Order: sequence, then structure tokens, then C-alpha cells
Amino acid sequence: MSAHALETRALFKNFGALQVARAIDFTLERGARCALIGPNGAGKTTFVNLITGVLKPSAGSVLLHGEDVTRLSQIKRARRGIARTFQINQLFRGLSVLENVCLAVGERTGACNNLWRAAGARRETIDEALGLLEALRLQDDALKPVSELPYGRQRLVEIAIALGQRPKVLLLDEPAAGVPSAESHIILDVIDGLPPGIAVLIIEHDMDVVFRFARSIAVLVAGAILMQGTPQEVAADERVRTLYLGEQAHG
Amino acid sequence: MAGSERTAAPAAAEFLLRRHRWRAAEALPWLIAIGAYFAFPDYLALGTQILIGIMFALSLDLVLGYAGILTLGHAAFFGTGAYAAGLLAAKLGWGEPLTGLLFAGACAALAGFVSGWVLLRYRGLTLLMLTLATAIMLYELGNARADITGGYDGVTGIVIKPLFGRFKYDLYAHTYYLYALAVLLVLFVIARRIVYSPFGQALVGIRENLGRMQALGSPVHRRLVTVYTIAAAMAGVAGGLYAQSNAFVTLSALGFERSAAVLIMLILGGTGRLYGAFVGTAVYMLLEDRLATLSPEFWQFGVGLVLVLTVLFARGGLFGLLERAARAAKRLWR
Repeated sequence: MSAHALETRALFKNFGALQVARAIDFTLERGARCALIGPNGAGKTTFVNLITGVLKPSAGSVLLHGEDVTRLSQIKRARRGIARTFQINQLFRGLSVLENVCLAVGERTGACNNLWRAAGARRETIDEALGLLEALRLQDDALKPVSELPYGRQRLVEIAIALGQRPKVLLLDEPAAGVPSAESHIILDVIDGLPPGIAVLIIEHDMDVVFRFARSIAVLVAGAILMQGTPQEVAADERVRTLYLGEQAHG
Repeated sequence: MAGSERTAAPAAAEFLLRRHRWRAAEALPWLIAIGAYFAFPDYLALGTQILIGIMFALSLDLVLGYAGILTLGHAAFFGTGAYAAGLLAAKLGWGEPLTGLLFAGACAALAGFVSGWVLLRYRGLTLLMLTLATAIMLYELGNARADITGGYDGVTGIVIKPLFGRFKYDLYAHTYYLYALAVLLVLFVIARRIVYSPFGQALVGIRENLGRMQALGSPVHRRLVTVYTIAAAMAGVAGGLYAQSNAFVTLSALGFERSAAVLIMLILGGTGRLYGAFVGTAVYMLLEDRLATLSPEFWQFGVGLVLVLTVLFARGGLFGLLERAARAAKRLWR
């Protein structure tokens, strides 16, 4: 059988008496374009942290391409192909855009294990990072300190770093958050153009983004998956409508 | 796509491909050091101590300036190296200087590896306190084992054989000055290679954003322990040279004041820029020497004043100021 790109089985997470993940069974196929939606406090970011290994589950397991990675650290999971972006930018602010991406590429290829040869003496890392910047149309900003970029373009660097890891599974935590709506199309174009082989899970509040991007949608409520289905199924579901559209109606 | 959009990328690559090359201005500190040898033949003992101080500050720069490891216990490695080289010569009668330094570096590296393995799981203030506590424990250990270390009286009877079996040491430290300068050059080349290597870039990444480095799969702990061990070895070599050139080691080599002083020197010169260690150490130690003659009791006030002014008005330290001045001069020239 062909394994799922990512799978969670009966995933639980408790903080004391507070249950933030309840029996989450979730699958992401190879090349998936899935959106995870749910009201604030539903546990979406917790779920991402459980998948990436920032948090250890109280019970249940996480599988990457059929292999149990539940006991692996965040670092080891990242090396096996789970990449994520952050809701609030997590960039190397003192470094240039190109250096930001070089770090991701260099750590993936193992170039960063070398402490004797000059970084510049190995062209491959720089060329690959530049290629990514060109794909995201960031090449003109390559040498600028990332902190000098407008916020929307910083969000692109956030994605570029994750792509530098050549992930098999990519988790995008509200990629357009904080971006002025006039610029959000840049982010959406990039997401549309992601390599088809990558399984992508996007966490998003903006329903326009969700319905434009997703081929499947999972709805998370109070730490549990309420339903997972096609956008049409989710949009037609009565529980989702009352829950989600009701919430949107008053803010 | 517009033509202009394709021009910046190759230039960016070129910049990174060339960054590690030596610049002409980098010859300057070495020319000054050689010039000082001829210009101030009576001050070479002080000069030797400054060169040793630069090595020590340089090793701290790798740890603090590049990897962002906050430490108040760096003298532990300097002291380990000093005692290693001192005891090797005094108690075991092994007076050959270069192997003595290697031994000092190896002992300090071991101390750095073991303590780093344990401590570098922590960050920030916790780490600062733990490094401080570790150094104090080592100091008290040295005090408790006075039978080996000589306690407050120190290790005496350190006799160092002539360098390469040929160059003897004189009262004015001619030989030690050149010996220290050569050792500094070697350590500097090593530090510079590390800083410009992909590994060095990863260290800067860890300094800038530890969480993101973990998220992208960097073996953060291993990287930190590696640089900590290397820096400890460098500090140990500096300590070894200190023991050899003074023919004397006391507990002050391990003490908190030395950890604090090297931190001040590095911040004064500027962290994360290699040459900051040169500028900061030279300014601090020369000021100390001059002010201590003027006012033996209040010289620290002068040093403190310079430090406060630097931190407030010269982010990036004195060397940062020099860099900015050089850039401004270049602009005027054009």
C-alpha cells in the first residue's frame, strides 16, 4: 500500500486538565492541498506543533510516509521532510534574504557541517537559494537585510526558508496573516505555484484563501476533527455553517 | 519579466562568493603589532599580555559574538589552560613551549566539551548563571586542591625551554612577544575560517533565531558544543601562553574578574566582528595601564566611562565605529 504523506492516529494532548487535542485522526496524501480551519482556540497551532514535534503528544502517534516519528525530535522530523512556516515571522533578522535561505539549504545538504571551507567557496548552496528567491521573485532583495523588507515580502522569505528544506510535507500557518489585502495575492500566487509533489497543509482564517487553494478541508473544533472533506462537502455541512459562519457573523 | 529583475541576483551571488577573501585593510593590525615591536621595545611585556588578551577575547567572540552563547565563565578555560601549561612545566618538568600550549589547549577543550555538553541545553539568563556557577566551582576546586594548584600562592617554578630549542627569553619579552604574535596569527586564521564557513553561518543563524534553526532541522546542540569546545581550546592556549610568559599561575587566572574583564573588552571592541577583540582588548589594557599609573585606585572608573559611552553611543563597539568611519571616508573620497 502506498503510505500517506502524513498521518496522525488518535492524537491526544493535555495541558493538565485542559484537553487541546482529542483523538485526532488525520491524513494528508502525497501532493495534497488541504486547509485546516476552525474557530480561534480550536487548537490549530497546537496541532501543527504536535506534527512538527515541538510538542510531544499525551497519546497517539504521528506517521511520516508510514514511519512512526512520534518519538523523534523536531530537528529529526525536519530532516525527514516536515517543514513549516510560522504565523508570526521567524526569520534571521540580522541576515540578508539570501543568507536566510542559504541556511535552510545548507542545513539540509549538510554543507553547514563544514567549518573549514569558506561558505562562498561552495556555489551550490548559494545557487540553489538564489533559484528559490527567483521562483518567489525575491531576487532583487537578495542582499537586503530581511528586516528592511515590507512585511508581505518577509512572509515570502518565511516560505522560501521552508522550501529550502525541500520538504515532503509543508505546513503553512496563516501565511497571509498580517499582510495588507492589496499584497496578499503575491502570497496566494506563490502558494498556487508550490511544487505539486509536496503535501501542503494550510491553516487559514480567510475563507477566500481556503476555497481558492484547498482540494480538501479539515475542520477542527475544540481540539477534535469535526469533519474532513471536499470544499463542497464542508461548505454544505450544517454544523460547519452554524459554527463557522455564525462566528464570522459577529466578528 | 522585466530585464532589471534579473540583474540583482548574480551580483548577490558574487557578494557571498567573495565575502571571505582577505582585504588589504586586514593587514593593518599585524603591521601595527610588528611596528610596536620596534617602536616600543620597553613595553613588550605589556604587549605580550595584550596579544594574549586578544586571543582570549577572540575565543569569546566565537562563542558570544557569533553563536550568541551568553557566558560569564569563560575564564574557566583560560585558567584550565594556564594551570595545564604551568603544572606541566613546574611539576612534570616538561618545559617545551609549543607542546605545552597544545596540552593547555587540549585540557581546556576537554573542559569545554564536557561543560558545554551539559550547559548548552539552556539559554539566556539560565545559561549565564550556569556558566558563572561552573567557573566558580572550578575556582573553588583549585582553591581546595592547593596541594596541586598552590592555592593562593600559585604555581611557581615554571621553567620554559627556549622556543624551537634556540630562542631564549629575555627580561624585555622580545621572544615572548613574537611567539605570542605568531600564536595569535594561527588562532586568528582558524577563527576566521570558522566564521566564514557554512558552519559559522549556521552559528549566526542560531544566534539570530534558535527556534527557526530547530524548525529547519539544524542540529543546534551539536553546533553549539562544537564551537564551545573550539573556543575553550583557544582560551586554553591563551591561558597556557599566559602561564609560560609570566612563569607563574594563580587562581586569578580562573577568577570571575577575568571572565567579566574579557566580556567588557569584547563588548568595548564590538562583538561578532573578529577585529573587535583586537580593538577592545588593546584599548582596555592600554587604558588600564595608563590610568593605573595616573590613579591606582580609580582607573576602573575611566574604563567604566568608556564602556558606558560605547554601549550607549556606539552599537557594534569601537570597531563598529571604525567601520562606519571608514565607510563615510570612502563615500567622501568618491
